Amino acid sequence: MPIGAVIEFSNITKRFGQTTAVNDLSFTVEPGRVTGFLGPNGAGKTTTLRMLLGLVTPTSGTATFGGLRYRDLPRPLDTVGAALEAASFHPGRTASNHLGVYTLAAGLPRTRVAEVLQLVGLAEHADQRVGGYSLGMRQRLGLAYSLLGDPGVLVLDEPINGLDPEGIKWIRGFLSSMAAEGRTVLVSSHLLSEVQQSVDDVIIIAKGELVHSGPLSSLDTNVAPQVIVDSPTRETLIAALTDAGLAFTSGRTGLIVAVPDPGQVGHIAFAAGVELSVLHRQKAGLEDSFLALVEGGDSL
Amino acid sequence: MNLILRPVAAEFAKILSTRMWWILALVLFGYIALLAGGLSALFGGVESGAISPDSMNSGGGAGLSTLGSLPPLIYSFAASVGYVFPVLLGALATTGEFRHQTLTPTFLATPRRDRVLGAKTIALFVVGAVLGLVGLAASVGVGALVFNGFGIDPLLADGETWALIGRTVLAMALWAVIGVGLGVLVPSQVASIVIVLAFTQFIEPLLRFASTFTEVTADIGKFLPGAASDALVGASFFTLASPGGSVLEPWQGGLVLLAYGLLATGFGYLISWKRDVT
Ligand SMILES: Nc1ncnc2c1ncn2[C@@H]1O[C@H](COP(=O)(O)OP(=O)(O)OP(=O)(O)O)[C@@H](O)[C@H]1O
Ligand SMILES: [Mg+2]
Repeated sequence: MPIGAVIEFSNITKRFGQTTAVNDLSFTVEPGRVTGFLGPNGAGKTTTLRMLLGLVTPTSGTATFGGLRYRDLPRPLDTVGAALEAASFHPGRTASNHLGVYTLAAGLPRTRVAEVLQLVGLAEHADQRVGGYSLGMRQRLGLAYSLLGDPGVLVLDEPINGLDPEGIKWIRGFLSSMAAEGRTVLVSSHLLSEVQQSVDDVIIIAKGELVHSGPLSSLDTNVAPQVIVDSPTRETLIAALTDAGLAFTSGRTGLIVAVPDPGQVGHIAFAAGVELSVLHRQKAGLEDSFLALVEGGDSL
Repeated sequence: MNLILRPVAAEFAKILSTRMWWILALVLFGYIALLAGGLSALFGGVESGAISPDSMNSGGGAGLSTLGSLPPLIYSFAASVGYVFPVLLGALATTGEFRHQTLTPTFLATPRRDRVLGAKTIALFVVGAVLGLVGLAASVGVGALVFNGFGIDPLLADGETWALIGRTVLAMALWAVIGVGLGVLVPSQVASIVIVLAFTQFIEPLLRFASTFTEVTADIGKFLPGAASDALVGASFFTLASPGGSVLEPWQGGLVLLAYGLLATGFGYLISWKRDVT
């Protein structure tokens, strides 16, 4: 059973001309866990992963697998499996020939081709030219490529893009089982909700900088809870809240009051004689914490 | 050993798993067969008296008797006309990696990029040689048949003919290497193809023709890739059409071609191959 290596980024920076895509990023990714690498579009996720894989040269800093840079790995495909977002196929090649090329390059047995195609559910389309593949099929073929060497480390850039609900369910289970076998699994996404059910740890970046890292549960408490309140006579409620000196905004389902305790809002309404139709505490979801982090850009 | 053999095997698999190589081989065969067949019939007819020289343009007819032996001239079409095919295949092999973003899986499997480019060069050298054989199958196969028909000795028992065949294979192999170099130098596939076609079909023939006007330019012109290739092969229309022009020795021509290929590949490595793959 392949054992995952620790991925370590230290002070990695990438500038493209004037743009700083990744700025002084440092974090580690542990084996045996699924780590979500999150950030909005343009945050620098792909650039960071490409630097890790030796495809993009960092302006400064290093990224290693168990202390070795990708290009120094003795058998890269057997150590690290990577699938990056771009569709990297010659459209005129069949899936099985596409993978066959790289088994030759990496000195892997050709039998792996059929095995990984079976694993990702493409066995029926093995001899079809990739040019005719759908987005989801391409995504699966990219994943098949990453599994060729049965690697201990998986690095996947937005693997859920383009998958159907069944595929999403499958890949979540698959990633968890890979981590349970002791492998290191690093998955990027721009949506927390996409990976929330399968990740153990999260690394969040925005504008090329680290804004949060830790277990998924560390995101739970971040945004102050709010109270949602509404009344059949909304004007009287607004007047009562204003008199009590509470700040609020208008939301879709009522007024959003920036206090944690629904009882406090209920009391104010009662005292002012305002009938309430809605009164509850809004649970701040993980997604909200995530959004607050990447929009504010503040560290916790 | 595996370090270079594996990427070479992968490069062969890349070429053989798409249709381009046999499409080019097929067109090369048809084109050269047509040309070799047509012209050997024409010249053979004149030479054997079946066609009267008077029925041709006076200029061409007069030159023919001084052309010496016809078969090598026709046989050399495989390279002197067909060389554009290995260049195209070589250029498509490299520019395709950029265009289809297959550099990503390629460099993931073989992170040493110099090895990948070296492997591609070796694989294309071999495939270029195969295209050479295809071109020769057309030029020698069809040409010799036609000569036989006119009662002209196709010179197939002549050692010099077989030496020419060998040098033609080498020239085609080197042209494929030049194609690889051009592909890394100009990674845009469209631009690369336009350059290949414009240069081989138009610019270089003009330059070679123009260079024959003075002795100084002729000394430079013989280093043009097409001229070097014809020198390596040892017989071509072009050299015969400009008898005053200076010509390299075959081995010199081979070295010049190799130098073009290696220089283009070396500079291309620095310009595009080593770059970030984003
Ligand atoms: N080759 C390049 N040249 C110039 N700028 C680049 C290049 N590649 C990326 N960038 C810039 O670097 C920044 C980070 O891009 P990157 O693709 O890493 O983001 P991302 O987090 O993967 O985004 P997405 O979620 O959209 O995939 C962006 O501002 C982008 O414009
Ligand atoms: Mg990205």
